[in-house]
Amino acid sequence: MSDRYQQLVNTPIGKIVSKQIGLPSPVKLERYEPGQPVVSGPVLLGAAKGGRLAGAVAKVLKAIDAEVHTPLEQDVRTAAADAGIEARVWNAEAAPEDETFQALVFDASGIADSTQLHEVWAFLHPTIRRVRRSGRVLLLGTPPDDCSKPRQATAQQALEGFVRSMGKEVRRGATAQLIYVGRKAEDQIESTLRFYLSPKSAYISGQVVRIGASALSADRIDWERPLAGKYALVTGAARGIGRAIAKVLARDGAHVIGLDVPALENELEETIGGLGGSTLVLDITDDDAPARIATYLLENHGGVDVVVHNAGVTRDKTLGRMSDEQWDKVIAINITAQERINEELLGREVFHENGRIISVSSMSGIAGNAGQTNYAASKAGVIGMVHAMAREVGKKQLTINAVAPGFIETQMTAAMPIATREAGRRMNSLAQGGLPVDVAEAIAWYASPGSGGVNGTVVRVCGQSLVGA
Amino acid sequence: MNASVRRAAVLGGIRIPFARQNGPYARASNQDMMTATLEALISKFSLEGETLGEVSAGGVLKHSRDFNLTRECVLGSRLNPHTPAYDVQQACGTGLEAAILVANKIALGQVDSAVAGGFDTTSDAPIAINEDLRQVLLGANRARSTTGRLTALTKLRPQQIVPALPRNAEPRTGLSMGEHAAIMATEWGITREEQDELTVASHRNLAAAYDTGFLDDLVTPFLGLERDQNLRPDSSVEKLAKLKPVFGGENGTMTAGNSTPLSDGASAVLLASEEWANAHELPVQAYITDAQTAAVDHVHAREGLLMAPTYAVPKLLERNKLTLQDFDFYEIHEAFAAQVLCTLKAWEDPVYCRERLGLDKALGSIDRDRLNTHGGSLAAGHPFGATGGRIVAGLAKALAEKGSGSRGLISICAAGGLGVTAIMEAA
Repeated sequence: MSDRYQQLVNTPIGKIVSKQIGLPSPVKLERYEPGQPVVSGPVLLGAAKGGRLAGAVAKVLKAIDAEVHTPLEQDVRTAAADAGIEARVWNAEAAPEDETFQALVFDASGIADSTQLHEVWAFLHPTIRRVRRSGRVLLLGTPPDDCSKPRQATAQQALEGFVRSMGKEVRRGATAQLIYVGRKAEDQIESTLRFYLSPKSAYISGQVVRIGASALSADRIDWERPLAGKYALVTGAARGIGRAIAKVLARDGAHVIGLDVPALENELEETIGGLGGSTLVLDITDDDAPARIATYLLENHGGVDVVVHNAGVTRDKTLGRMSDEQWDKVIAINITAQERINEELLGREVFHENGRIISVSSMSGIAGNAGQTNYAASKAGVIGMVHAMAREVGKKQLTINAVAPGFIETQMTAAMPIATREAGRRMNSLAQGGLPVDVAEAIAWYASPGSGGVNGTVVRVCGQSLVGA
Repeated sequence: MNASVRRAAVLGGIRIPFARQNGPYARASNQDMMTATLEALISKFSLEGETLGEVSAGGVLKHSRDFNLTRECVLGSRLNPHTPAYDVQQACGTGLEAAILVANKIALGQVDSAVAGGFDTTSDAPIAINEDLRQVLLGANRARSTTGRLTALTKLRPQQIVPALPRNAEPRTGLSMGEHAAIMATEWGITREEQDELTVASHRNLAAAYDTGFLDDLVTPFLGLERDQNLRPDSSVEKLAKLKPVFGGENGTMTAGNSTPLSDGASAVLLASEEWANAHELPVQAYITDAQTAAVDHVHAREGLLMAPTYAVPKLLERNKLTLQDFDFYEIHEAFAAQVLCTLKAWEDPVYCRERLGLDKALGSIDRDRLNTHGGSLAAGHPFGATGGRIVAGLAKALAEKGSGSRGLISICAAGGLGVTAIMEAA
């Protein structure tokens, strides 16, 4: 799983050589350690005139105790003052050359037409090269669908192209995202802002996130252990990404119920035992699996808060050579089982209030991949399921979302031919593969009780892969 | 005790032109300058032989022998020798503090008339003997026998000949005032251009004040100097842009142009009760309505050294039920263009006003056309103790010209993190 190229280019000589001949130079991404602050350095907060989100953002920055700088503009300074932040003043024209920021956050919700997009340029032009290693660039906007005027919708949509390009321009492990905050969803941004500001979102870039309104309050959350007292079922938890998910959810306070097939029972026990969770050994494709799961959760835990559909398999073959077993197995595990389990859990009202369904999709499901017609179909199906069910589960105060991992360093990728592996690793904005924990952190963000406004979305954990962008 | 409070009237003032360090006043002492200024005031208001309530004046750089300098100036003037006097010292706030002190005495009925003044020379500066040498000499002085004295004197060393020069540095930070101002400029994102523009306005306004005759009865020639030596009527942003930074490092924004030069000069203002003014048939120009001092913690809390007036002014406003916009004139002492701009930005800033000043909202911006309308310290120069008198006299005249109901705000920052502010109103 080691990335020898990355290690090589980060040696003193390697740095010189890679720079001279223009090779990609992936930096070691900063990743979250428990107890560390959300942002490790100063945050510059700006806002386009007429925006509605600076106040909400300032509150979050206050809550995370960030060192905040803002331009000396009335609206954003008032927002900072209202949040009780003693924000420092930033003036690009007078700033020392060596002043840098861990994060740049810009409220673009006030941008009413394409001419006003200039304000985005004006904020980021003098600051983009002041972003630190593993820094963050966050733009907040209004979802184009929520815009009443065509020109406003146009300008807000324009932000997408801007941010995706920004993700490709920022260097040294920095990332850029666009967060669309719907009307009346201003109070739902904290968990999302915390996630995308922090090293937890290390391998996510160029993404567009949508936050909608939620009837559930996102206040009074213990952000160190947001899942304390919650029960989280993770399928395929014995190893790989599933194991990372179990660990991260347990770190966040959840009691994890790890599920895997009988063949992996020992590994499952090993993973879950150390986390103080429970294990459930069964094959999710069994006819009675959904009922057994539902019964187990109800009888042992009174229900469930978070269900992570992680279990998945590949049976790669080009379609002409693919057997019907290969086709059926992948479809059955990767998508049909998820549907059946969801139906059972929802039908028997196993979910507690503010519950979460989180599925693992894949970049293949978005971009397609030769030899993976079955797998890509199943993973695209996951995305379809998320979109289709969001409204229904939303009515029950639940959410359903998916992560779509790109090249994640696992045993599976370690077994790839070197050319395929290297291409997968480098063909993204961060020029490296992600780690299982990166997927797990995204899932933990969805799982957070503060993420009630995030529903029906798919986030790619792919380092902004060139594939399927 | 007198329970009633009277209005303290400003009848007018005068000053000598301010000179640059080691310029025409190089050989003039503080006493020379202050006495000459007092004499000019006596002539202006026919005070010859008059016994005033008191004369209060002060300066920052003084010789140890000048422990009673103001009294000596009175004795050297045509005032009645029965006029009491005392020295005041509050760094750059000295001159305004002197005016506030005597205004308060007038208000309380303790005196009926008074002169407030100030002076400073950076040319005829007090140079003290080397501290080691001083200790040796004091030791010899303490010895009781000749042998003891000789033993003490064996500690004399050649390097003790190096004298102790006055330093323009904050004792507790070791930074010069300019370096402190540069830190503030960085904190508030003040650009070079803004500072140079403010500097040009200061020169332009002072030049106009001379050209229109506004300063004719406010400035009296001294040692051949008729106008402030530092004044550059043709100053421009383009010319100022050529100067190299002197504070804040290579990329600093503060230059010799947008910082006040070390200078020499003196000023004096006549204050009185309305009854005294009437009895002497002297018109009242303005009243000192209220005053407020404040201090910042530049040592422990690392607050901007020259930001204390930002604290003082809101208190004045609240007490007098005024807003920052309720003034016809703003006299903000220009120690550095950056410091004036920092002060204005702080008052405009919701964060600073709420977090530091404890206000509900920002005080807001002021009409820049009302700022230092007859020039400021950047153009005139800034003999520390004399600046307060220059401002009070100028503002009193401006208010008198503007007419009844007009109002002015004075804001002076000072070393040690001090600020002295006052409100004046037209008669």
